[in-house]
Amino acid sequence: MKKLSARRRHPLAALVVLLIALAATGGLYATFAPTGKAQAEETSQSLAVEEGQKLFRVGCASCHGTGGQGSSDGPSLVGVGAAAVDFQVATGRMPLQQQGAQAPKKPNIYTQKEIDQLAAYVASLGPGPAVPEESQYDPAGGDVARGGDLFRTNCAQCHNFTGKGGALTDGKYAPNIDGVDPKHMYEAMQTGPQNMPSFPDKLLTTTDKQDIIAYLDEVGGDEAESPGGFSLGGLGPVSEGLFAWVFGLGALVVLTIWITARSAKARKS
Amino acid sequence: MSSQAGPDNENNGEHLPTVREGEEGKGVAVEERDPFANPGLPPHEPRKQDIDERAAKRSERTVALLFTVSMLATVAFIAAFVAIDVDKIVYIFPLGRVSALNFALGVTLGIALFTIGAGAIHWSRTLMSDVEVIQERHPIAATEETEAISKADWRQGTEESAIGSRKIIRRTMLGALTLVPLAGVVLLRDLGPLPGTKLRETMWAKGKLLINMNTDEPLRPADITVGSLSFAKPEGLKEGDHNFNNEIAKAALMLVRIHPGDIKDRKSADWGHEGILAYSKICTHVGCPVSLYEQQTHHVLCPCHQSTFDLSDGARVLFGPAGHPLPQLRITVNDEGYLYALGDFDEPVGPSFWERG
Repeated sequence: MKKLSARRRHPLAALVVLLIALAATGGLYATFAPTGKAQAEETSQSLAVEEGQKLFRVGCASCHGTGGQGSSDGPSLVGVGAAAVDFQVATGRMPLQQQGAQAPKKPNIYTQKEIDQLAAYVASLGPGPAVPEESQYDPAGGDVARGGDLFRTNCAQCHNFTGKGGALTDGKYAPNIDGVDPKHMYEAMQTGPQNMPSFPDKLLTTTDKQDIIAYLDEVGGDEAESPGGFSLGGLGPVSEGLFAWVFGLGALVVLTIWITARSAKARKS
Repeated sequence: MSSQAGPDNENNGEHLPTVREGEEGKGVAVEERDPFANPGLPPHEPRKQDIDERAAKRSERTVALLFTVSMLATVAFIAAFVAIDVDKIVYIFPLGRVSALNFALGVTLGIALFTIGAGAIHWSRTLMSDVEVIQERHPIAATEETEAISKADWRQGTEESAIGSRKIIRRTMLGALTLVPLAGVVLLRDLGPLPGTKLRETMWAKGKLLINMNTDEPLRPADITVGSLSFAKPEGLKEGDHNFNNEIAKAALMLVRIHPGDIKDRKSADWGHEGILAYSKICTHVGCPVSLYEQQTHHVLCPCHQSTFDLSDGARVLFGPAGHPLPQLRITVNDEGYLYALGDFDEPVGPSFWERG
């Protein structure tokens, strides 16, 4: 005891006491608090909806409203469907870090199970597109050439011919699609996240979407081939010309200066 | 004037101030003050290779080595061309998965060309003579003698042809030479048929169904949801038709659906169907396909020069060089529930032209 009382005026003593008190309170609460009545309803779907609602209240309600009805800070989520939730949350775009021109892609903090629960809750608010099956978005099942045609008609204006992305107005941009999960590509086409227009099945059929995914996998996937070597961002002749004029000619000029700057004389001045 | 004056003048020019000052100031010391005196070439300094035969031999071997490497690289280039399969893909660290043939050809040809250049430069810098020599330009003017001969020739020619006295010949000749280029100007008319009304008309006409570019099916209003973007072509136009590219270049149509309450331009709302608006996809600046559609702001952006149009306000130009709003197509729905056009665009699509009005 003497040892303990000797240290009671130590600068960290208050902190230690505080930590012990907090741990005790939390432990007591966990022991005596009433347990959730989640077991009351048995079907896994309604369970997921309920769990999803809890997650929603914590992560989403501050902008989208407690019932997903939307607020001045975020749009209504009624009818956006499970596919939109899966895309936005699994790519880390939601929850939003801060309001801005566009929600950027960032590391996702939810497990797939939690995302499914959130999606089930949002889907319960109103009918919307469901999360696609793997057979719908598997790149192996698509026609690459036809997908290229469709991509250039519908997508290339913003995302560039090979999906490298590009700028829009006021800080918005079409992101680079290289390495994006095919499932998320499918969901983005179907739901139209943020300023991207949507391409519902009647306008761009499920087969069309799969063909586009196959094309993107061919030009931007992990196994994508670039026969020419330096793709220079795949941005087309402008970036290639800029590279040749600035770096190619620049290197030649520097080399020429280097050659003439060195004296060949025996007696260095 | 005289041919010999060139180099002499140069010398005079350089010493001119000195001479004049020398006459006026009558002192030799003035000559020392000349701030622009030509210092001349510095004395020639030998290189190591000029004084050391072993260094010269080393340089010789280096140059020969570079040329030999070039020969080997050319042989390797030919070998790669023969041996490597055109479809072979290999992984090379900073480049990624590239064509083995392209890579091998590029590297070997690069080495072959570079070593020739490097060898030549090394040769000229270390072994070829580096004594600076001055080569004077030859005078531009002809000698007086030559000038006199050509003047005499000219005078003799005019006298013998009598162009001065035979006025009718001189005048008709000038007339003929003036008129003959007109033939070339008239031929320009054959560069092509006049455009006629082609710039004012597209394939759209009353009753033509709107066909989805992706599915080749006629569009129904329910297909086009709010926030979606779709592209339509007129009924009867098929990809592969001989005039497909000419026609779609004018008739390309962009369809969006905006909540009717968000449409600011009343006429634009009336010309659409329940918020479905059909705009020309051809930018009114220089005719690029303008379809970078932001579904939340309803802005559409042209990728070429960033002209921005507000589709919720009659495609008003918000920004950029475009001079006109995008023309809108009047559409409605028929008894079978398909969208169709109520006529052609009421103004020419695409960029302005002189007679557009």
